[in-house]
Amino acid sequence: MTQMPQHLQLNHQGQLRHFLTIEGLSRELLTELLDTADSFLEVGERAVKKVPLLRGKTVCNVFFENSTRTRTTFELAAKRLSADVLNLNISTSSTSKGETLYDTLQNLEAMAADMFVVRHGDSGAAHFIAEHVCPDVAVINAGDGNHAHPTQAMLDMLTIRRHRGDFEKLSVAIVGDILHSRVARSNMQALKTLGCPDIRVIAPRTLLPDGIEQYGVRVFNDLRVGLRDVDVVIMLRLQRERMQSGLLPSEGEFYRLYGLTRETLALAKPDALVMHPGPINRGVEIESEVADGPQSVILKQVTYGIAVRMAVMSMAMTGQTSQRQHTQEAN
Amino acid sequence: MSALPEVGPLLQQMADQLSRYLQERQIDDPAFVGIHTGGVWIAEALHQQVAPNAPMGTLDIAFYRDDFEQHGLPQRVRPSELPFTVDGRHLILVDDVLMTGRTIRAALNELFDYGRPASVTLVTLLDIEARQLPVRADILGASLALPAGQRVKLTGPSPLQLTLNAATH
Repeated sequence: MTQMPQHLQLNHQGQLRHFLTIEGLSRELLTELLDTADSFLEVGERAVKKVPLLRGKTVCNVFFENSTRTRTTFELAAKRLSADVLNLNISTSSTSKGETLYDTLQNLEAMAADMFVVRHGDSGAAHFIAEHVCPDVAVINAGDGNHAHPTQAMLDMLTIRRHRGDFEKLSVAIVGDILHSRVARSNMQALKTLGCPDIRVIAPRTLLPDGIEQYGVRVFNDLRVGLRDVDVVIMLRLQRERMQSGLLPSEGEFYRLYGLTRETLALAKPDALVMHPGPINRGVEIESEVADGPQSVILKQVTYGIAVRMAVMSMAMTGQTSQRQHTQEAN
Repeated sequence: MSALPEVGPLLQQMADQLSRYLQERQIDDPAFVGIHTGGVWIAEALHQQVAPNAPMGTLDIAFYRDDFEQHGLPQRVRPSELPFTVDGRHLILVDDVLMTGRTIRAALNELFDYGRPASVTLVTLLDIEARQLPVRADILGASLALPAGQRVKLTGPSPLQLTLNAATH
């Protein structure tokens, strides 16, 4: 289900038309996306934080799973591009009345939506929608199960590039619950594609997926070894619900072994960046003083997230429109 | 067709015209705005000669184009920078080549997202007579009728030169 043909995301000219996963995208395309996001950052500093690129388009945020940050930054991104935005919180709406995913989206498509931003608890949901439900609508994956969260990965890449520059000289550590993390998967793929030579994952054995080596990463079970001399530390949220499944002894034990504290951060390079996709659990995976400290760029990530989502949306809308024109001409 | 004019003498003549134009209207605190890329070069040159103490900004109109759906975004959109308050300001908007008028339409829309200028004076080096919108330059270097399928392009920044190319679309 999570294996997908890479051409599904691209149109006949190789432009982005859906954004479902980092997997299969070229370094050139990811770099173009980061360059475009850089340009949009300036728009966020203007008095009128709006440009007319998606004027008259309708963007539907379809969230089958709760999210505050991701949904609001997607909403803000769409509004800054002058699109009209619909927010649908499906977990509390029709599916509870028995409507299927397919029928829900068919209805939205009938309302002439131009883009779906989809968050779903099942891996492969965004891919399913792009392939089978709405071929003419641009689909953006805002997180599917533990599969992918490509816009989060790209905002992390933008953060790293703006604060540390060239990926080819960096050591980046991803710490925490790798097994259940769509952010970790997308980040490993993005870092690899952009040429990062030293990607480390740091986690207890119970929170590492089988076959992690295929991502071209180095695996550490000891935080104090893995953090040594890294340029960037990406912390992951420890989802409390995992505790119940017996994968972890206790929160306190996890914090003692894998928590990012002033003491453990000191093992990284002196100016190492501290990143976290949020929401942070203070005292569970990260110490307050570190989260609020001078090396933390956690709030910058939120700001960059808006620019990255503006870039993804405008690129996918162009790709989808030109694909549609191409198909019409061919008929 | 006629040969392409030299940029240097045109700039001199435009600077004189612009100084007179501003005097007649009693505008003593204008701000210059150049449209990327050629317009910025022309704006910088005029700025030096006409009012070197006036503030100078740049505009990249890529986010405001009306052909975004056909052509998408260019690879690199430079940030627009207007390091002054647009509200109540007399703006001198500068571009290299005025052709269809669509770039100027986009530039005006973008400027108004920054504020409400007191006035906008349009200055262009060349006018290729192929207008599709009701736009005209207040200060103009030269007019030129181009054969179909040809485009004129300003290269620079030094030396500033006009060259003829085949149109790409």
